[in-house]
Amino acid sequence: MTMPPEFSGFHTRAVHAGARPDARTGSRAMPIHQTTSYVFEDAEAAAAYFNLQEYGNTYSRIMNPTVAAFEERVANLEGGVGAVAFASGLAAQSAALFTLLQPGDHVLASAALYGGTVTQFKHFLRKMSVDLDFVEPDNLSAWQGGIRDNTKLIFGETIGNPSGCVLDIAALAEVAHAAGVPLMIDNTFGTPYLCQPMTWGADIVVHSATKFMGGHGTSIGGVVTESGEFDWSNGRFPVIAEPSPAYHGLKFHETFGTFGYLMKLRAETLRDLGACMSPFNAFLLAQGIETLPLRMRQHVANAEAVASFLVDHPRVDAVHYAGLPASPYRPLVEKYLPLGAGAVFCFDLKGGREDGIKLIENLNLFSHLANVGDAKSLVIHPATTTHRQLSDAELAAGGIGPGTIRLSIGIEDADDLIADLDYALNRLGSA
Amino acid sequence: MNEQNLSQYQDPAVIQAALGRPRVAVVGLSSNELRASNFVGYYLLRNGYSVVPVNPREEEIFGLECYPSLAAIPEPVDVVDVFRDPSAVPAIAEEAVAQNAKFLWLQFGVISPEGVAIAQAGGMQCIVDRCIKIEHARYRGRMHWLGFNTEQISAQRGRE
Repeated sequence: MTMPPEFSGFHTRAVHAGARPDARTGSRAMPIHQTTSYVFEDAEAAAAYFNLQEYGNTYSRIMNPTVAAFEERVANLEGGVGAVAFASGLAAQSAALFTLLQPGDHVLASAALYGGTVTQFKHFLRKMSVDLDFVEPDNLSAWQGGIRDNTKLIFGETIGNPSGCVLDIAALAEVAHAAGVPLMIDNTFGTPYLCQPMTWGADIVVHSATKFMGGHGTSIGGVVTESGEFDWSNGRFPVIAEPSPAYHGLKFHETFGTFGYLMKLRAETLRDLGACMSPFNAFLLAQGIETLPLRMRQHVANAEAVASFLVDHPRVDAVHYAGLPASPYRPLVEKYLPLGAGAVFCFDLKGGREDGIKLIENLNLFSHLANVGDAKSLVIHPATTTHRQLSDAELAAGGIGPGTIRLSIGIEDADDLIADLDYALNRLGSA
Repeated sequence: MNEQNLSQYQDPAVIQAALGRPRVAVVGLSSNELRASNFVGYYLLRNGYSVVPVNPREEEIFGLECYPSLAAIPEPVDVVDVFRDPSAVPAIAEEAVAQNAKFLWLQFGVISPEGVAIAQAGGMQCIVDRCIKIEHARYRGRMHWLGFNTEQISAQRGRE
């Protein structure tokens, strides 16, 4: 039998994955299935769907065809066996954790994480009676030494937010797998265009789809994708391998094999925590992904130009962009991020906290707000906004000083972004 | 069988040809509704296949007569889908060849180079370390309804 060619290019998959033209109507754009629920064919079909014996729609808290198209698109681009979408990146992350953790477990996480993640891990995990240690991300022996008998997860970000450190994913995967533990990576700043952590051994990849995936700052959303390769029946994860009291004794890993973790994530965790993605947001986010590779090239080119400009500016103390030639993370960038080190980075002003606030007031093209990954360039002063819940010691551990400014470089013209920064920087100290 | 050898027994063309055959014997089918084999057998039934249960410890599954072995099935089957320990596969392959079955389908983890060699020598095509339910859902079913990666890229009108 001759088969049509396999279309494997990233741009092709970004446009097409998960969204064949609608079977019944032929609609070429992805239909928005704005419905809470689905009429069953008959009683037996309803039973088969609820028993997970057949793939079927029951209720949009658990699945929805538009959301599923978005999920498949992300899974395809990350190289996962599937994905489950959530109302936000933090909802996705908490559900990913909730599915594999039990009271008494332990999590080992990078110390250089998004402030919202640090807060979530510290407080949410404590309420679940799960122990947590933060590890200096560049220190491999600290990761190794930090693993305990009850450690169930290693967690880090491809590119640390906002310190800009790059994680040695393959080395961490080796440490995790030697201990029978999965590696979970937040690839929000990397995006699957710049880095696919599963190709380096990561088992679970989470995203805030709100950022570069959606790309236009319109919709909050998150997603979890899994490789299907981790052995959840290795004795360390009875919560996934043993009969589940929350699903009439089903053994998710034995019954669904490579789909086991994701089935449990959807059929139990999403069902019970309830933070589902809306179909309209799924539509906008999936449409955003269609241009992800095009946008990322412009984001990265602009970020490199802006970072190089800042390095040479007399009012700038340091620029923490892993994409700079002199970055200590250069070897890791070449390995994991050959197309570029993303478009979010920080720089330190010589002047400290007051100058940080003043710089933002002087900018005219950068939007002052708490988000990243928009087509528009964004700026924020972490010490007084996103990271203000953190202590000075926690700030320092995450590489943030009082005069640190975070930029999310958009897809405008680099010359205009540089002109705006130059104007604002040169007005510092002029009262 | 290493990974490279395995992939030659995961050929999409062979998989789709097997899915196009109507009569599937499920060897090692369990009557326990929580076992993977039961999920798969029930799924195949609901999707229009003629399922023939094979399990010496059962008399009837899904209201269908259960046969103690492949050899005991009176009518020919097209596909022999195996949920048994790999050590049981060579004997199953011999019976499958004798039954004139066309495809030997070994489920996840059922990896038997010897069994595959016997089936191939008998003119059968083999699929190894793949789930027939997942592959059906990928090519003909609704795997995409639950956000799984079908790896299918097409601008032709989809199936329902």
